[in-house]
Order: sequence, then structure tokens, then C-alpha cells
Amino acid sequence: MKILVPVKRVIDYNVKVRVKADESGVELANVKMAMNPFDEIAVEQALLLKEAGQADEVVLVSVGPTQSQETIRTGLAMGADRGIHIEASHDTEPLAIAKLLKEVVTREEPGLVLCGKQAIDDDSNQTGQMLSALLGWSQATFASGVEIAGDKANIVREVDGGLEHITVSMPTVISVDLRLNEPRYASLPNIMKAKKKPIDSLSVEELGVDTASRLAVLKVEEPAARAAGIKVGSVDELVEKLKNEAKVI
Amino acid sequence: MAILVLCDHDGAAYGSATLNAIAAAAQIGGDVDVLVAGHNVGDIAAQAAKADGVARVLCADSAELANGLAENIAPVILAIADNYSHILAPATTYGKNIMPRVAALKDVAQISDIIEVIDASTFKRPIYAGNAIATVKSDEAVKLITVRSTSFEAVGETGSAAIESASAAGDAGLSSFVKSELSSSERPELTSAGIVVSGGRGMQDGSNFTMLEGVADKLGAAVGASRAAVDAGFVPNDYQVGQTGKVVAPDLYIAVGISGAIQHLAGMKDSKVIVAINKDDEAPIFQVADYGLVADLFDAVPELDKAL
Repeated sequence: MKILVPVKRVIDYNVKVRVKADESGVELANVKMAMNPFDEIAVEQALLLKEAGQADEVVLVSVGPTQSQETIRTGLAMGADRGIHIEASHDTEPLAIAKLLKEVVTREEPGLVLCGKQAIDDDSNQTGQMLSALLGWSQATFASGVEIAGDKANIVREVDGGLEHITVSMPTVISVDLRLNEPRYASLPNIMKAKKKPIDSLSVEELGVDTASRLAVLKVEEPAARAAGIKVGSVDELVEKLKNEAKVI
Repeated sequence: MAILVLCDHDGAAYGSATLNAIAAAAQIGGDVDVLVAGHNVGDIAAQAAKADGVARVLCADSAELANGLAENIAPVILAIADNYSHILAPATTYGKNIMPRVAALKDVAQISDIIEVIDASTFKRPIYAGNAIATVKSDEAVKLITVRSTSFEAVGETGSAAIESASAAGDAGLSSFVKSELSSSERPELTSAGIVVSGGRGMQDGSNFTMLEGVADKLGAAVGASRAAVDAGFVPNDYQVGQTGKVVAPDLYIAVGISGAIQHLAGMKDSKVIVAINKDDEAPIFQVADYGLVADLFDAVPELDKAL
């Protein structure tokens, strides 16, 4: 079985983002970028399935600017076999991404798509579900447990009330949650090896997808700042403040 | 203009986040219908009919709609989508699972997690874990939206909407429900509690959460946790507050042994009053805390328990 893993290049999760002065977006220039952390978990799960003999190839696909190839390279250094890069604007919307991925799925015919449940930049949490719908496949979102059993997959999902177990038919799209696994670090030899692994390029035109934005972003602004608080010296002072000043207890 | 709100429920209990989504629908303006899709959900439909401002409750009741499987519920929404200018769902795991599937099948963009209605086609939503707020305008014929519950005050429940039946669309045969392991608690629900007491990595062990539970019970509070505490196995996943967990905005949030990573702040910084108890006076949580106490939590929490 071939596993396709979509990966996104985003601002590193440790970076404090800054809104541009003209409120047109957030500052991306000279900011440390990295693979979306949820996508790393998806790559790791694909590699675990390959190591367990349940998959024979792990293919990464990234939609984004040229530098997205670095993100693919990161996943290749973790152990994925090859990459596909689709050149597109950083702001390509989830629906357009899902349509591009659908075309890639049609060409590559993977038995499984593993993706992150959301990207930590736009926090949309849409692409996996949309891809599944466009393919007419089953979907398993927010997975914290994945077990492939023939033409079915047994999934544990993290839901608001706790955990949920479902069974989905293969092929399927699984969107992964935080506690599915801990992604590995790439070793130096694997980083060197990754430089020789192939990354194919596909264009939006070649795939025949209309990626025009459906939504207009009118403004991006800083959230309202919280007023500075105070330090209290003791538990008694804290309780006194909560009762008499904040009046919340 | 008519608006459809997808009712969040787990088959047994009605999800109160639906009331917040109805509030957002009321701000957009227009007749509001609520769709309850499930199996043997008469009681849930009856409860949904009480929500203020609802014109009709549409109830799709069929075996394959039990357990909230997106592949079976999405077609039910799709079949009636053209009757509506907007389709809203709470941004709970239920809504987040189903709505993008509907959006893709309808070929419209979805707007996730709105926190403000500017007008019928313009909305504010947080991006980058709430470190930026985007104002987004949609010209889609049907606007698919998920709603952040804490940003809209729940509507009351004094209404009596008519209940009509809606058609199910059959079993897609793609997925099946096996079982759920739901946490049971006598305490208030995390996302709607007036007070939340949360623990982080500093708690050191799951058994130490009993200290927080003592304080929570005296305050009538819910108990939450940071990702670090959940990852370490101190508490179950449904305790997690943050960018990818639950978003809470109680009157009082007490963060104990939580350093305050931006991903955690994303889930609680809209709380009215924030208290931080941490022994590291440099911890970023103090930057958002109204009241900070630099102390060892193993001294401070028992003291707090006694003082309440």
C-alpha cells in the first residue's frame, strides 16, 4: 500500500507571530518556518506503518511556494520515500488544496491519506474532511489511535467528551491528533540521504484545478491585549482580591 | 434569508454549544432552523425546540445517523442546503468533523471558528492560535460556518418551535461506530463553566490533580489541563485547553503549574479574570494573569483549599 501525506510549511510553532503594520496579514519574511506539527505526526504514522510492513511507500505532497520543498525535504529526512511539490500561493484555501490533493490521489492511487487535523497558521481544520468528501471516501478525524486491518481501519478519535472508537473502510483519509505518536528526529545520515530523494513538481494548471480564493481577507489585526496584572504576595491576598476586587468568587 | 444551525449532540445529551451557535445565527439575522440528525433523538429535538429565536426544528431520525458519522450526516444537510443562506455549526469536534465535508460536497469555502459577526457575509475569526484576528468576507451562495461557543452568549430556552421531520439519506456504508469512552464527571462542563481550575506539567503526577479537584469542588468549577499534562497522562484528552483542545472563557481561570505556552494561552486568554500560580516568576503565564502568585503549588493549592 502507498500512503500519501500532505505536509504544509507554516511559521514555526515557537515563533511569536507579528501582524503586518498595514493589517494585510502576518509577517512571513525572515521568520523561521517549519513543517506543521500535526503533519509531522502524520508523517511519523506513515513511517510506522511502513516499518510494520503495512505500507511499501510513503509519498509526501506539499502545496505552496517554492520553499515548501524544504518542508518536503524535512519529511524525506524522517524517512519518507519521495515528494511532490505543487507550486501555489501560501494563501491557497483548504477547498482548493483538497481539490489539488484529489487530483494527486487520482494519479498516485494511494490506499491511505494521512494528514494533520489542522495547520497551526490558519487553524481551519478542513482539508482532510474536504478531501475525503471529494473522493467519496470514509473519514477518520482527530485520530489518536490507528490500526489497519485489511480493508478496514480501526480508529480511536479524540472527541470533546473523551474518546471514540470507529471502524472505517479503506481507502480512507485519516486526520491525526497530537497524541497519536511522537515524531522522530531526522538523523544526520538520513538528512544526507534525503537530499538525493526525488521531488516531482506539478503545476496547478496541469492538475486543472481552479485555486482562486473564495473568501476575501479584508483585514488581519492584533487581538485585544490584556491589561497588565499584578503579583500577589500570598494565598490570603489572592483570595481577598478575588472576593473584593475582581468579585469572581 | 434563512439560517440552518446543526445541533451538536451525542445521541444522549444535547450539546449546549448549539445555543451559542443559534446566538450567532440570530446576529446574522433571518429565520433560524435547527437540524437534529440522529437516531431516537425525539428528546433532543424537543430540547432544541426550546431555544429562543428558533422557527423550526428539523429532525432527521434514522439508524445510520446515530453516533454522528460525518459520511451519513453530511448528505442530510446537503439535501436541504439550498434552502438556506447560512449553515452554522458549533466548532466542537462534532461540528468540525461534519461541516467541511458538507462544504466540499457543496463546493463552497467554509469559515471556521468565527468569533464575531460583522454583517451577513463578513466575520472575524482567530488565526495563528488567536495571535491574529482575520476579518473574512464570503460571497458564497451558502455560507458554511463553524462558531466558537465562548464568543457568543447562549440564547435562552423559553421558546417552543415546531418540530418537523427531515429526510435521512441512507447509509453511505463507509464507516461504523464501535464504542465511546466518555469521561464522566459531576463537575460543570469545561467549555461552559463559570470557573475553571487547570493544571499543567508542574502537577508532576495525575494523582496530584485531586488537590485541584478539591479546590474546583469548593468553587463549583470545572477542571482543565495543559497539553503537557495530558501528554504526560496525568488526565484524559478531554481536559485539554488550548489551540487544538478546548477554548474556554470563564469568569475565573486559575492556572496551576502551567508555564503558558502560546498554544495554551490560545484556549483561555479570553477568560475574564486569570490567576496564575507558578514557582517560576519568569513563566509567560504571568504576562496574561490578572493575579499572579509566585509559589510552589504544593504549598499554595492546599492553602487555597483551606482559605476558600
